[in-house]
Amino acid sequence: MTEARTAGFDAAARPPRSQWRDVWDQFKTHRGALVGLVIFGAILFAVVAGPLIWRLDPTYVDPNPVNMLKLRNQGPSLAHPFGTDQLGRDMLARIMAGGRVSIAVGLTAMLLALFLGTLIGVVAGFFRRLDGILMPMTDLFLSLPLLPLLLLMVTLFREPLGQGFGTETGIFLLMVGAIGVTSWMHTARIVRGEVLTLKEREFVLAARSIGTPSRRMVLRHILPNVMSPIMVSATLGIANAIITESALSFLGLGFPPDFPTWGRILYDAIDQMQLYPSRVILPGIAISLTVLSVNYIGDGLRDALDPRIRGR
Amino acid sequence: MRPKTALMSAAAVIAIAPAAFAERGADGQVNIIYWQAPSILNPYLSSGTKDVESSSMILEPLAGFDEKGELFPRLVEEIPTLANGGVSEDLTTITWKLKPGLLWSDGSAVTSADVVFSYEYCTHPEGGCAQAARYEGIDKVEALDDLTVKVTFKAPKPNPYNAFVGSTSPILQKAQFANCLGAAAPQCTEANFGPIGTGPFRVTEFKPNDVIQMEANPNYRDPAKPAFATVTFKGGGDAAAAGRAVLETGEFDYAWNLQLAPDVLAGMEAAGKGKVINAFGTLVERIEMNMTDPSPDLPEGERSTTKHPHPILSDIKVRQALSMAIDRNLLVEVGYGSAGRATCNLVPAPEMFASDNTGCLTQDIEGAKALLEEAGWTDSDGDGIRDKDGRKLSLLYQSSVNAVRQDFQALVKQWWTEIGVETELKSVDASVFFGGDPGSPDTFQKFYADVEMYANNFDGTDPEPYLSQYLCDKIPGPENGWQGENVNRFCNPEYDTLVAELAKTGEIEKRAEIAKKLNDMLTKDSFVVVPLVDRGRNSAHSNTLGGVVLNTWDSELWNTSDWFRVK
Amino acid sequence: MLTYTIRRLLIAIPTLLFISLVIFLILEMAPGDPLADQPLTVPPEVREKMRAALGLDQPAWVRYLLWLRQFFWTEPLHLLDSLFGTAMADPGGRIVSWQFRAPAMDVIWQRLPQTLWVVGLAYVIGVLIAVPIGIVSAYRQYSWFDNLGTFVSMVGFSVPTFFTGVVLIIVFAVKLHWFPSIYDTTLKVSDWQSFTRQVQQMVMPVAVLALFNASQISRFMRASMLDNLQQDYVRTARAKGMTEKVVVLRHVLRNSLIPVVTVIALGIPTIFGGAIITEQVFKVNGLGQLLITAIYANDLPMVQTLTFIFAALTVLFNLIADVLYGVLDPRIRYD
Repeated sequence: MTEARTAGFDAAARPPRSQWRDVWDQFKTHRGALVGLVIFGAILFAVVAGPLIWRLDPTYVDPNPVNMLKLRNQGPSLAHPFGTDQLGRDMLARIMAGGRVSIAVGLTAMLLALFLGTLIGVVAGFFRRLDGILMPMTDLFLSLPLLPLLLLMVTLFREPLGQGFGTETGIFLLMVGAIGVTSWMHTARIVRGEVLTLKEREFVLAARSIGTPSRRMVLRHILPNVMSPIMVSATLGIANAIITESALSFLGLGFPPDFPTWGRILYDAIDQMQLYPSRVILPGIAISLTVLSVNYIGDGLRDALDPRIRGR
Repeated sequence: MRPKTALMSAAAVIAIAPAAFAERGADGQVNIIYWQAPSILNPYLSSGTKDVESSSMILEPLAGFDEKGELFPRLVEEIPTLANGGVSEDLTTITWKLKPGLLWSDGSAVTSADVVFSYEYCTHPEGGCAQAARYEGIDKVEALDDLTVKVTFKAPKPNPYNAFVGSTSPILQKAQFANCLGAAAPQCTEANFGPIGTGPFRVTEFKPNDVIQMEANPNYRDPAKPAFATVTFKGGGDAAAAGRAVLETGEFDYAWNLQLAPDVLAGMEAAGKGKVINAFGTLVERIEMNMTDPSPDLPEGERSTTKHPHPILSDIKVRQALSMAIDRNLLVEVGYGSAGRATCNLVPAPEMFASDNTGCLTQDIEGAKALLEEAGWTDSDGDGIRDKDGRKLSLLYQSSVNAVRQDFQALVKQWWTEIGVETELKSVDASVFFGGDPGSPDTFQKFYADVEMYANNFDGTDPEPYLSQYLCDKIPGPENGWQGENVNRFCNPEYDTLVAELAKTGEIEKRAEIAKKLNDMLTKDSFVVVPLVDRGRNSAHSNTLGGVVLNTWDSELWNTSDWFRVK
Repeated sequence: MLTYTIRRLLIAIPTLLFISLVIFLILEMAPGDPLADQPLTVPPEVREKMRAALGLDQPAWVRYLLWLRQFFWTEPLHLLDSLFGTAMADPGGRIVSWQFRAPAMDVIWQRLPQTLWVVGLAYVIGVLIAVPIGIVSAYRQYSWFDNLGTFVSMVGFSVPTFFTGVVLIIVFAVKLHWFPSIYDTTLKVSDWQSFTRQVQQMVMPVAVLALFNASQISRFMRASMLDNLQQDYVRTARAKGMTEKVVVLRHVLRNSLIPVVTVIALGIPTIFGGAIITEQVFKVNGLGQLLITAIYANDLPMVQTLTFIFAALTVLFNLIADVLYGVLDPRIRYD
């Protein structure tokens, strides 16, 4: 009903225009979303293009022992704007290099988990027959012991993936897969719960009565209405993925130990927190800022995708 | 370190005067924190350090090691030796005489039957005793009378002080454990969680992997000791938290094994609530070279086996160059501070067993480069990495997860880059790395890498079992389920002969000489083992806790009966 | 609804058996060794004997069947024995932890109080904070309150507890000396003084966990409220002249609770799973610490038992959530 009315209104009042144009127009009016987009863009730019401008190697340790000792644990200076770590490695370069990995893993793993969760949740909620198989499966995944499972996955897949795609890409795929496969269950349960109530709403009954096929029902009527919990899951998911990645690397299941990631830089500096607070604050801010900006973008996107709001 | 220890013992001497008049339990409560939590109080069922050391406050052996590594009697009148006739001329028997009048904490008498029983308990074929190695080579243990125990060995035993010596082979009470032999051992939860002992304290409550509550043993042999009436022994968390609880908040009196970066520890100590103490034992952090080819292209079952020698590391010049490029003093400075010293020896102590091997202590990048050139490794394509016959000088360097080890890996990688060696780093979770699971590719025994780094030491003061780990027949491989201690796959018949000679030699000077030779064969003569740091032990105690003497040869809690509160 | 519940409970039995098998297989195949924490000075032959003493020389399927028998037969019998003073269970047949060589269930019972106190209380507090914050944030979207709530919850969720916990310890235990940095599990609350000490030692771990839980739940609450506030029925209700309070708290809130109920139902079993990192940081040593130390020590019977209890709770609470959906939205029909 809502759908039909808005569409009719659009067609009559304005020349036809693409839906994505509408979405962008609505998105622009959301101040938080715009700020989020700018910040997220800046972070992306810093981690992607930053290392091309700031050319210090994040893993470079001065081989001369005397220099290295002088360079250790330094505060901010012109040569090292964010200071240096316990081995005299440049923190700015490390944060930028770490961001590349953390954001790449965080975003991809989150998208994978979101895709799996939404797919399973919608299918389970919409098709009662599949619910009986999918929900026990979700329960199974929820109750698996995470650490032994990850250890097992790494043992089984690290070498084949490394040989097939090269060490770093192989580990990247493994991490994304491991995090994605073990974190879709919350989204699935939440989406399923929402779909169960949506299914009984009038507009769905109406759509069904005019013979809308299931595929169209899901895509046009159900999915747009479960966007908000999905967006929340997305923001929480990206934070979760960044932290999980650091835990995995820390356990030796992830990237090589000299490969910086935000979570790892943060973890490694916990003991030194009192002596060199900037070393925990910097990665902490980087993670929070990323999650915060993704959250606001998600907020704006949800509003923009909601036809009821967009019409107004 | 020396001046600090001297100061401390001076403080102890001054403080002992009032303590001497103290009566048992006069100083109230003492709190100890171990960041690994004890899971059982019977060292025969678990030889984890946390389990052995916590139970050493309750259970005692016949004799122990002091802070200098010297034997001293605990439950016996004197240490049996050749001189006093306790050890037979042919080195096949040793006779221990218990002190008369000793009581268990439940009030019953300690007799030689308990000693014999402890031997039977640990050597029972179904018991799975963790300390079985300490009773190896024993033919029989018999009680000659109520207070005399005679141990007979199958062959002459140059070092007879294994059984019933040190906190890893304590005496159990026969009455308590009589029904716990063999397969029944795990069913005796009550006994395993609250053993009756002769030590200064007895258990009042034990929560596994969490906390032990103890009180002074009312039947302890010295009526004036221990000074503390109750003990809380908390476990769990991490080294930083344990250090904080003693040095910064003062909630605890003693923290064990604070493996923290030197600057962090110094920062904590600056809070003024306590002191960091350290001592050295035989623990050596080292890089082990793989003498066999770990290439993943080889069929499973042939990787890292003696069938395929290592294509790069089989050349001693390469191994030597890799060792020369390392600045061990810097590693100490970064990772251990006062709790470490650079070493070139696998056996760094006791002093008479330590070789005077210092050649590796100065870094020599140029020399290393020259050696590699000499070995035919040149950078022919100008990418900074040496190559030879189309093969790059590239190594996989693995270690267990540990902040200091990862720093070491980063530093060593950089130095090796300097000499044109490409290094890929890998860290493996410690429970997998040190676990002997033959199904896992990541264990240190399987060694699917070119070089690996970890630390190892030996029990007590005799390096013989330690040096015999490098025998040809101890090479791990698929045929023995990858169970073997010779992880380098080092094999030298000359070495094997020398180890056999060591096993037959009784004179201590002669033994030391052979041990030094063996040490050199592994290190400076072949560079198969590249020792890095002789790792000491850092622990901390509060300013108000007196009587602490750090001991790396036995349990750290070896003298809790002498601990007291500084007033 | 009743037949649906009964049917689901019946389906749960084969599901749980299957889950227990999968857990067992994963633990079996994952790398690791129960003797990994034994020093390297223990020679291989001794290790082999120790493994045999743990029963590891038996084939895997024998050990699985043994565990099933222990968990579903001996342990319930033992529970009955301890309740009624009978002696039906065979004392040698209980699940024995490899680390402690003691019955696993005894240690689990021992850990339950501190876990419920700290992790459970933190969850309750988290929910109690999160729901009103979510409601107000949605009702006054983009107000300063909403923005502050968003900021705090995002920081609360994205900064890991191993960091916030240590910060709290440094500020409140090291600098201010207000609270102890190490949780005393032996403290028995008997009088006012011991009660204050208990409260003091619970403040920091509860605060860290509650912040983390509240961050998550409040986001879902807010999003769901926002969705419903824009529905047609809200407009209708307002048009009928209902007060804002009735509209928001009765109509909108009730309809918004479905995702929140889902999240809470997913969260309650995790209380019994303990909070691994927070428990480690504050040395609470509850079920989370028990699980993680058991995993590190490869204490398979303990890990299997803990994980299976957790699985059973997950299945149960997800079932409860499904039943609650029907209560919250009577239109939902399962049959």
